[in-house]
Order: sequence, then C-alpha cells, then structure tokens
Amino acid sequence: MKVTVKLFASFQPGRFNLETRDYPEHTRIGSIIRELNIPEEEVGILLLNAVHAKPEQTLSDGDILAIFPLVGGG
Amino acid sequence: MDALQNFLKEHAVDNLISWRQQQDAAERFQLTVAEVEEVILQAGLLPARYQRNQQMISTPQQLQLFRSTLAVVGCGGLGGYILEELARLGVGRIVAIDPDVFEEHNLNRQLLSTIELLGTSKADAAARRIAEINPAVRVSPITAAFDREHGADLLSGVELVLDAVDNIPTRFDLAEVCSRLKIPLVHGAIAGWYGQVVSVYPGEETLRKLYGNWNGGKGIEARLGNPSFTPAVAASLQVAEACKLLLGQGRPLRKAMLSINLLDMQFDEVPL
Repeated sequence: MKVTVKLFASFQPGRFNLETRDYPEHTRIGSIIRELNIPEEEVGILLLNAVHAKPEQTLSDGDILAIFPLVGGG
Repeated sequence: MDALQNFLKEHAVDNLISWRQQQDAAERFQLTVAEVEEVILQAGLLPARYQRNQQMISTPQQLQLFRSTLAVVGCGGLGGYILEELARLGVGRIVAIDPDVFEEHNLNRQLLSTIELLGTSKADAAARRIAEINPAVRVSPITAAFDREHGADLLSGVELVLDAVDNIPTRFDLAEVCSRLKIPLVHGAIAGWYGQVVSVYPGEETLRKLYGNWNGGKGIEARLGNPSFTPAVAASLQVAEACKLLLGQGRPLRKAMLSINLLDMQFDEVPL
C-alpha cells in the first residue's frame, strides 16, 4: 500500500519533507517512525489524514501521515 | 480630574501629550504617570509615544490595552521579547514570572540578559527594563516557579497569559490553571530553527493534543538549543495574538497551531 509521509521541522534534514512510500498492509504508525530512525521521545503531534493519531494505529492505502517534533523550549 | 483634563487639553498638540507633559502633570496633580496616562486616554488624547500605533489601534483601544492585565510566564528567550513588545504596545499591567537568574549561556538570545545582570533575577530585570522604556506600565515581578499549587494566586486579576516557559510539565500546569480560571493562553515554544504558536481558550485541551505523545522528557530543544532569532519570531507572533485577543480583532490561531520552520521559511497551520 502507498502512504504519503510528511515530515516537519527537525525531522526533515537528512530525511525528506514529503514522500509517498510503499509499506506492507496494516503497518502501524510506530513502525514508520522507527523505520525513519526518528527517536520516539522526540515525536510531538501525529496527524493521520489531518486527525490526531497514536503510534499504535494501523495505516491504510492512500493515507497521509504528518509527523511533528516535540518543541518545548522558551 | 477636571483640572487635570483641562491641563492636558491645554498642553496637547494635535491631541498628543508628550512624555514631559505627562510627567509634569503627574507632579503637579500628585499622581503617578500611570494614573495620568489613564486620564489622557479617557479624555480622547494620546501619549505621544503611541502615535505610530494610531493607524491600527484607536485611542479607545489604546485605553483598553492600558486597562489590561497580562501575565508573562517565563522571562527568558521568549519572555524577554514578549515583555519588551507588550510594554511598548502600552499594556497597562504586566505580571512577570520566572524563578531563575541570568546565566552566561542566556546571552546569545535573551533580550533582558546583559553581562552586568548575570546572577540576578530575570523577573526583576523585566521590571527594570520596562521602567526604562515605559514607566506608565505597572510591572509585578515574581521570582518564583509557576506551579499548580500557587498558580491561581500568581494569576489573580490577570485576563490573558503568555506562555514563555522552557519546559513541558510547567506548560501543562499553566494550561490547567488558566483553563480553571477561564483565562485565555497564548502558547509559544521554540527549538533551534523551529517554533510553534497557538492560542488556547478556556476549556480547550489544546496543549494535551500538542504534547499528547510526551513521555516525560524534554523536546528537541535539548538537542538543538536556541539561537537569537527564533525566540524573537515566536514571541512577536504571540504578542500579535495577545493584541488581537485583547481587542477582539482579526482571526486568532485557535485550535490550529502555527508551525514555524525558519531553516526553510516554511509556515504551516496545523489543526489541533
């Protein structure tokens, strides 16, 4: 299945901004995060088709996943 | 007050009152410059310092800002710029809260930090700086950490809060206390080239969504640090939001976060 992954802020350098990628059926969001070597503790917002999502959710063909880092400095 | 109003009207030039006249009026009528400022604005006149505000902020709105009480929680990177801009804008009362003293590693970005002030209170520096810029603004510096227990006392009488805190647990405490007291909160956070801003109205669980995957650590700022320009950008956006919320103008960033990426000059509005 094809999933479009959008990365934001510090997750872009060395990876990509937006890519449509092939994944096996029922892949979980968390697996994509691990595959991209994104440290789990740095993940802030996850949006699946513009709706808040959790790492354990599974993906379907045509989904759009956006991954934002946790930003907390002042 | 009639005598004061007459004095002011006599000395106004194009409806403007100079700082010198405001000081003279305070001495002559044994009032504070803040008390005189309120009378100036009530009389439909304008302290001359605000004349470049005038095209976007009317005199009644300037009075509204002057009668507002805001709290800035955190007087570091974001807070320094926020305090400076609120004071120049003409917000009448500001509560400045920060538990820390300045350290050398603050000098790369924190507007209030100077070599001379290393080791001294950030909240006190805010009060001194604002006294130099705009003595009509009444600042209450509080050198203490914001927490759930004392938060409500610290925010007593405050109608809008700016979140300029440097850690996620305190942000949660602040959002919870604001929601309980029904105070709108303008959130800002930064890390390296990146930042985010969003306005939170009471009852909206925006920060729970923003930090929904947080599991006790720091954000990416721990790895990326913060340069001089990112806090200035995020802080200015927060002050613009605060100004709009106070005056009921424009479209606030509500239930939608502005994600800022200065490395690629990418600005995204993210639904929350």
